[in-house]
Amino acid sequence: MKTINFTVNGRNYKLDVKDNEILLDVLREKLHFTGAKEGCGEGECGACTVIMDGKAVTSCIILAVEADGSDIETIEGQSVGEEISDIQEAFIEENAIQCGFCTPGMVMSTKALLDRNPDPSDEDIDIALSGNICRCTGYYSIRNAVKRAAEKKGGSQS
Amino acid sequence: MTEEMIGKSVKRIKALEKVTGNAKFVHDIEIQGMLHAKMKLSPHAHAKIVNIDTTKAKSLPGVWAVLTGKELPYKVGLYLVDKDILAVNKVRYQGEPVAAVAAETKEIAEKAVELIEVEYKKLDAVLDVQKAVEEDAPLVHENLGELESAPVFFPKPGTNIAHHTKIRKGDTEKGFAKADHIIENEFTLPMVDHTAMETHTSIAEWKPGRKVKIWTSAQSPFAVRNLLANGLHLNHEDIEVIVPYVGGGFGGKAGIHFEPLVTCLSRAADGRPVKIVMSREEEFNSVPVRQGLYSRLKTGVNDDGEIVAQETEFLWDSGANADYGVNVTRAAATAGVGPYEIKNVKLDSKTVYTNKIFGTAYRGFGHLEILWAIERQMDLVAKEIGISPYDIRMKNGLDVGSVTITGEHIGESHGRVKECLREVAKEIDFENRDSDDLPEGKKRGKGVATLHKAPAMPTNTGTAAFLKFNENGTLNLTVSLTDYGQGTYTALAQIVADQLDMPVDKVNVVWENNTETEPYDWQTVASKGLFMSGNAVIKASQDMAQQLKEVASEPLRCSVEDLVIEDEKVKVRHHLDKYISFKELAMGYTYENGNAIGGPLVARGNYIAQGLTNLDPETGQGLPALDWTYGAHGVEVIVDEDTGEFEVVKIASAFDVGKAINKENVIGQIQGGVIQGYGSAVMEGYQFSEDGRLLTNTFTDYKVPSIADIPELKPIIVENAQEDGPYGARGVAEHPMLSIPSVIGNAVQDAIGVKIKEMPVIPEKIFELIEANK
Repeated sequence: MKTINFTVNGRNYKLDVKDNEILLDVLREKLHFTGAKEGCGEGECGACTVIMDGKAVTSCIILAVEADGSDIETIEGQSVGEEISDIQEAFIEENAIQCGFCTPGMVMSTKALLDRNPDPSDEDIDIALSGNICRCTGYYSIRNAVKRAAEKKGGSQS
Repeated sequence: MTEEMIGKSVKRIKALEKVTGNAKFVHDIEIQGMLHAKMKLSPHAHAKIVNIDTTKAKSLPGVWAVLTGKELPYKVGLYLVDKDILAVNKVRYQGEPVAAVAAETKEIAEKAVELIEVEYKKLDAVLDVQKAVEEDAPLVHENLGELESAPVFFPKPGTNIAHHTKIRKGDTEKGFAKADHIIENEFTLPMVDHTAMETHTSIAEWKPGRKVKIWTSAQSPFAVRNLLANGLHLNHEDIEVIVPYVGGGFGGKAGIHFEPLVTCLSRAADGRPVKIVMSREEEFNSVPVRQGLYSRLKTGVNDDGEIVAQETEFLWDSGANADYGVNVTRAAATAGVGPYEIKNVKLDSKTVYTNKIFGTAYRGFGHLEILWAIERQMDLVAKEIGISPYDIRMKNGLDVGSVTITGEHIGESHGRVKECLREVAKEIDFENRDSDDLPEGKKRGKGVATLHKAPAMPTNTGTAAFLKFNENGTLNLTVSLTDYGQGTYTALAQIVADQLDMPVDKVNVVWENNTETEPYDWQTVASKGLFMSGNAVIKASQDMAQQLKEVASEPLRCSVEDLVIEDEKVKVRHHLDKYISFKELAMGYTYENGNAIGGPLVARGNYIAQGLTNLDPETGQGLPALDWTYGAHGVEVIVDEDTGEFEVVKIASAFDVGKAINKENVIGQIQGGVIQGYGSAVMEGYQFSEDGRLLTNTFTDYKVPSIADIPELKPIIVENAQEDGPYGARGVAEHPMLSIPSVIGNAVQDAIGVKIKEMPVIPEKIFELIEANK
């Protein structure tokens, strides 16, 4: 057991975790942030993507102890009350959602991308999202959603 | 209301819940006191179970129940009841569950599974379909003759053949005798996994009085209930099945899966709720897949391209069980020569048991598999007789007046396959395919392929819909058809809104499915959802309109016939300013003095497949198809003629959907389906070791398309209305992935002349063919 401190969506947490405990399990089972999903448990599908200190990570292959001292963002932190983010809005507008299981991970990978690169090319988008598997949409609408989100963000800055 | 509701791209229902992470899948559900289940899996493809020792596992603190096949004398299954819940006496594939544990934590369950000791005696395994049909092949199900099956399936006792569909039309001997050319080829494809992003997950809570409550990631709550009732000898009304959000299905969550196991575990654990979640490795290893297929096609064709005779053999690699696979074999056979009219046909389609993970429904239900053979053969025939692949399809394609291989007459209300083919050929500029602009060693190729599919289902398949008013004049629509990403619920809301002339956001489609409260639907499969539920919803809306008018006719002092529904109101036809709003009628109309009439309004509609018949067992003649959706793809590729590496430059895909109720969601289905077909075409496929162990059991070894893999795609919607479809609509859920492997194979053949007959189409195999041709 080890005591860790971190923030999730700006809220402080202090909790005891086992050395082999996985960050995704802590988020889902102890803190009840169930937006991140386990699709493979081996870092290959991206359904568990959260942002840790500004970087998109697959939380199913990160130990909880590695998150000690970090700032974590999950899908639950992307909307405030009835207000959803530009990215979330763009996913709805572009019909980039079918079953919805991969969607939280897709949104988080998109956020990490746009936070560091507000005007991504198709290739930038493909690289940033190639670790997120979607079996429903064929990705065309997701690529469009990322572009639309980038436009919205550009629009709000100017 | 003036706005056109049908054809409009209304935003998808529940998109907000999904995009905020609020949508709760079974994956996310926890019930108080819930235990976690884990299965012990067979390491062998075929072995006798000599002994299972669970003593150590049972004594581990935190373990509530340990079960083996001996304690579960049940068989379950959809069409052929051949599945054990846990292996009994022997294992039939590597990955088959032999024992299961329910414990307080996942860790304890895993530890307990490790403590279970199983002694096996290995048996000869049969892994190849062609060997499995030989006379001395090891038998996968020795008791095949004793298994229950639906009356339209014919297992052959003493063999590995679970079902044999025969189609006989005309006289193939005479046809071949007249043919200018006879061309014969064999084609193969491997098993493929659905890889829905949510793995199979179920929770069961056993209750006093032999009752059970189940939460499950299933496509078809009523099929789960029915098969569980039959398998465990429970009463239907004592089983409650709840389906919340489901993370993708693609056929893999149709029928019944781990619900019986968690039910038995909960019963053994004194009614504690028990949850099972497949790991991704288990999903690959122990959850059913798309069947493999060996095809042999012999085609008699004349110089002008007319196909005069076709002899076809399909051997389906169904793996260790065929509860669903028998119907894939049957359904695909009814479409077994593609969307063409051929006068003389002899077709044999056999479901074959082998010692591998077993087969089930997968988007397309056998049609991608047979179309791999049919549409590759078409190009091989065209090449051999020196005719264009486009022309040979136009020459033989179905038209109004054609007769299909089961004797169905194609009429005005059917779709148009040739129109789809014309559209895609035009879109990829099929005739213009030289390589002059490309670097040396690169060749351009273009291919076309057609497709067709009708829903495969029992002749008496039915569905129903309920509508009820809320106090504010909005409506709740309830169906047990499920929406795990297709967008059907959005289209159904549009239909209600159009029928009752109200805003679509005032139609609340109840999302969570529950067999206790919802009307019956057979299954959410087969691209029949919008067609059948759409018709039921139209009837329910008409029923509601009639009731609204009946109540309103009294205060409006006119007959029902003089009333019209407009803009959420019941109006007097000749005095449109005289009306009563839905809100005033919803819970009963109240007069000024307090008198009230009517009452809370509820309406219902149902639909049952019309005019379908069982097939003649000897000739396959009959009417198996509710509606055919036709389509075509065109593809441009650039191939390296030395290495076999290739790039798919563009795909054009056209489908005759009859009427697109929601254009954006139709395009969503086309894009998603085409890319799923693209995965099958160029990267996916199960590989086994020589002793039957699955080698491709992670996303590292089993690649599916990522966003970086997708080629340019042009979806094309063709609309020739289906007379009995809702607003003329046909299903298009499965069709986009059909014939994608074939069209890519055809384009590669066009580029460099290699005759690909094995899926997936990968550079290594193309390279081997290039070398062999040298």
